[in-house]
Amino acid sequence: MKSFEYVRASGIADAQDTAGRIIAGGTNLIDLMKHQIETPPRLVDVTRLDMTEIEQSAHSLRIGALVTNSDLAAHDTVRRDYPVLSRALLAGASGQLRNKATTGGNLLQRTRCPYFYDTTQPCNKRVPGSGCPAKEGINRILAVLGTSPHCIATHPSDMAVAMRALDARVEIESPNRGTEMLTLDEMYVLPGDDPSKETVLEAGDLITAVHLPQPPKGKQTYRKVRDRSSYAFALVSVAGIVDVEDGKITEAALAFGGLAPRPWRDGTVEDVLVGEAPSDALFDKAADVLLQDAQGFGENDFKIPLARRTLKAVLAELTGVTQ
Amino acid sequence: MTEHLKMDQVQPHLLDETGQGVLSVPMPRPEGPLKVTGRAPYAAEYKAEGMATGVMVRAAITKGTYAVDTASVEDMPGYLGVFTDKMVRNAAQGTMGTNPAQMGDKILYLGQPIAVVVAETFEQARDIAAVLKVDYTEDDDAVCDFDGVSDWPDSDKPDQGDLDQAMSDATFTVDSMYTTKPHNSAAMEPHAALAEWDGDKLTLHGSLQMLGYNRDEVADSLGIDAKNVRLLAPYVGGGFGSKLGMSPDCVGAAVAAKALGRPVRVVLSRNNVFEMIVLRTATRQRLRLAADKDGKLLGLGQENWQSNLPDEPMAEPVDLATHFLYGGENRRYGQHVAILNRPASGSVRAPGEAVGMLALENAMDELAEKSGIDPIELRLRNIPEKHPETGVQYSARSLAEALTEGAKAFGWDKRQKAGTRREGEWYIGMGVASAARTNILMESRANVTLNPDGTALVQTDMTDIGTGTYAILGQIAAEMLGLDPQKVTVELGDTDLPKSSGSGGSWGAASAGSSVFLGAKAIRRKLAERLGCEVEALRLQDGVATGGNNRRPLAELMDAPITEEGHIEPGQTDEDYHQAGYGAHFAEVAVNAVTGEVRVRRMLAAMAAGRILNRQTATSQVWGGQIWGIGTALTEAIEHDPRTGHVVNNDLAEYHVPVNLDVGDLEVMFIEERDDASSPIQAKGIGELGLSGAGAAVTNAIYNACGVRVYDYPATPDRIFPHLP
Repeated sequence: MKSFEYVRASGIADAQDTAGRIIAGGTNLIDLMKHQIETPPRLVDVTRLDMTEIEQSAHSLRIGALVTNSDLAAHDTVRRDYPVLSRALLAGASGQLRNKATTGGNLLQRTRCPYFYDTTQPCNKRVPGSGCPAKEGINRILAVLGTSPHCIATHPSDMAVAMRALDARVEIESPNRGTEMLTLDEMYVLPGDDPSKETVLEAGDLITAVHLPQPPKGKQTYRKVRDRSSYAFALVSVAGIVDVEDGKITEAALAFGGLAPRPWRDGTVEDVLVGEAPSDALFDKAADVLLQDAQGFGENDFKIPLARRTLKAVLAELTGVTQ
Repeated sequence: MTEHLKMDQVQPHLLDETGQGVLSVPMPRPEGPLKVTGRAPYAAEYKAEGMATGVMVRAAITKGTYAVDTASVEDMPGYLGVFTDKMVRNAAQGTMGTNPAQMGDKILYLGQPIAVVVAETFEQARDIAAVLKVDYTEDDDAVCDFDGVSDWPDSDKPDQGDLDQAMSDATFTVDSMYTTKPHNSAAMEPHAALAEWDGDKLTLHGSLQMLGYNRDEVADSLGIDAKNVRLLAPYVGGGFGSKLGMSPDCVGAAVAAKALGRPVRVVLSRNNVFEMIVLRTATRQRLRLAADKDGKLLGLGQENWQSNLPDEPMAEPVDLATHFLYGGENRRYGQHVAILNRPASGSVRAPGEAVGMLALENAMDELAEKSGIDPIELRLRNIPEKHPETGVQYSARSLAEALTEGAKAFGWDKRQKAGTRREGEWYIGMGVASAARTNILMESRANVTLNPDGTALVQTDMTDIGTGTYAILGQIAAEMLGLDPQKVTVELGDTDLPKSSGSGGSWGAASAGSSVFLGAKAIRRKLAERLGCEVEALRLQDGVATGGNNRRPLAELMDAPITEEGHIEPGQTDEDYHQAGYGAHFAEVAVNAVTGEVRVRRMLAAMAAGRILNRQTATSQVWGGQIWGIGTALTEAIEHDPRTGHVVNNDLAEYHVPVNLDVGDLEVMFIEERDDASSPIQAKGIGELGLSGAGAAVTNAIYNACGVRVYDYPATPDRIFPHLP
């Protein structure tokens, strides 16, 4: 490990340190530092900042960036009004990790692509321009949507998938831009030509909270398909919120994990559903739209039919249609 | 004095006549509290005065030569040295007793240890290792892709009879190909060594399973006399084969410590463990079964393809149990070992059976389906009277009892036709598989000391790798000497103590246990003489000796401690009898109809392994086997990049051993048995038996649940759901 400075932020201004790397739970960053994938000269510990509250107002739920995954999953309001989030959190990592991992840190965890983690291997995300051995290598867990010729990594978070379905907005305190509220699609960028850039955040920006809008109508669920029952990243996951009234789908929000470099949401999938009577054929149409541009890389080809099956099962569960 | 026994003939059941009653019963491991409170030190936890820390440097190319540029790092903080001398390519194979390949400047796989970097602190050493400049010259003829091998070497295994003819004569046949991915032992404790020199004498704390062999391996690697090497491994955090042979950290630490004139500790990273330590090879297996109309086997064949590095004297004995488990006159085996530029293959958890029994027992399930015979009945019909190839008689062989009693306890009669039991989104099914594991007795020595105050001491260089050695050796001594086990101290893991069998091949308990038994037996004879009775009449209980018409506390018979050495050697019973542990595994699984995810609801193992020495630690061993069975069936697979041989998933986040939630209810039952041919304590190995066939029970249950036959392991969702409706 390279020597580094450690400072403890006592206010937001301390945390907005353009030369420092923010650390909260450290469940990902410490691994990255041990492997020298990241070698920050200074760690800015934000865990003493006042960002640990979950505050409810008439129109939203404001989740402090330091609320741990365990606390958030267990929060009464979250369990009652946003069960998709609670389920997603509990589907992630392990109990020990959830006790340490924070809301802000979870959003910014980095990919689990194995080539990213091995410094003897090329990786455009780790060393821009070095190449992507995953495309023609071991890519079973990697992405089929939103990839670029330079990177096919997936975003590993479960929590963020649920938040994407819930239209969450991330509150950011930026030394240059002031307070910002970004949707997850605004915050995360697709790999494109530079997979090392994963978000629009700049040095010194601090995530202070995540805001959830009013609880959505309808039923919610989170379904994660994985290789083992716990402590495994999603092969495919679906966060679904669907409301049915008078035999027709009136609202639908669907986000997907394990498929793409960021929590994946595609409004055209929801457009297929809204206003229609739920049916197996309709769900197939939605899956067609979701997966029309999906591209497998060999080992991960299976994710495309698996995403279809999982999406259809989630829609059937949420609408009460028997498959 | 030494009480020596060469196991040339069956022995009386002395342990059924002693009266203390502390053997076979459940007893918690005495060192348990030390372990759970962190007071049992493992190799990496020892510190020595003036100790420096070393970190292994791994090759970043697959094949070629290298030279390290020490000048590139000499100015870095804490730098003490970079050493490449005597570097071994990988861990030694089990029971070799000689050095593993030492490659000089040659690299044969990505991740090979090429140097050890030593600094004042671990963090400094790791930083230096990360930036050390290494000049590589790459060869362009590396071969890494197992599936791409076309010119497989021929097999020289002889046929028995004519399997082709049997296949054409048969009413029912199975001819299936199975594949298994490479496995890692995944012991919790990574390999570590602390080396200290005193002149020519080396003392090394290591994480090792077989100290007697390991001492010779360390000495041979360093080019020194084994008498000058002392190894210490009193606590070992799991081995599973990965610590049978000396690991590269031992040599790295010893070479660096010698050069620097101060103690050096080297701890392998988890990534290192996945590369520098032996892995189980990938296998491809062709299984053929030929049966008559009653399901009786006319012949069987098991041919396998696997890989290793050059000059590794070990091949996965895939067909080990197939030779003796079932009858059938016509038999064919084949073994083809390709040379690939990937980490060395070697012993991992039940070498042979762990993967060979998957294929054999899946094929038996296919045969049961085809012939319409219940899988248990099919197996019962094919139990031979004697070894089907050598004609040698079997020693105790309770396979039929394990199958039938296990079936009753499991509720096998509730099993339904494949694909017919469904609960909501889940298909439910049951599967069975036989278990078999060759039993081995190894030479082993131990000192047993009885003190006048009624305490005793057992000393041997045997290891406890989490198996329960401390518990059972203490129990055997206590039973033989008539003592509370709490009054027996067991000292292990030091090559200054009498040389044992070491831990491996499931032979530790019976081998080391027999040496303790013999040492204690010699003490009994002395006590009988002093009491003035025949040893047959001696009864020792709760510190009191009774015999003839005398009854005396031990203290009155002894004015000084009595120490006797026990020494067991395998003998003629090994030739006269074919010895193996047997059993049956049962599994009930649920398969998700949408995703193909498999959940193991419950498993039952009925195990017959001779005398069970401690029901608690034996049960724990079998649980381990059942869990590894779940792992081999469902989750475990090392992925090598086909272009570089690189272990892509080289940590425990991406190499999936089962988690608690993957493991349903586990039940273990023991079939009461004594194996007279095995050893004077009538016990056989249990650890690997618990794994043999366990995974096949799971995949057979998958078939019964949803009708999908698993041919390519592990059965991850992507291997199941495409075949579901």
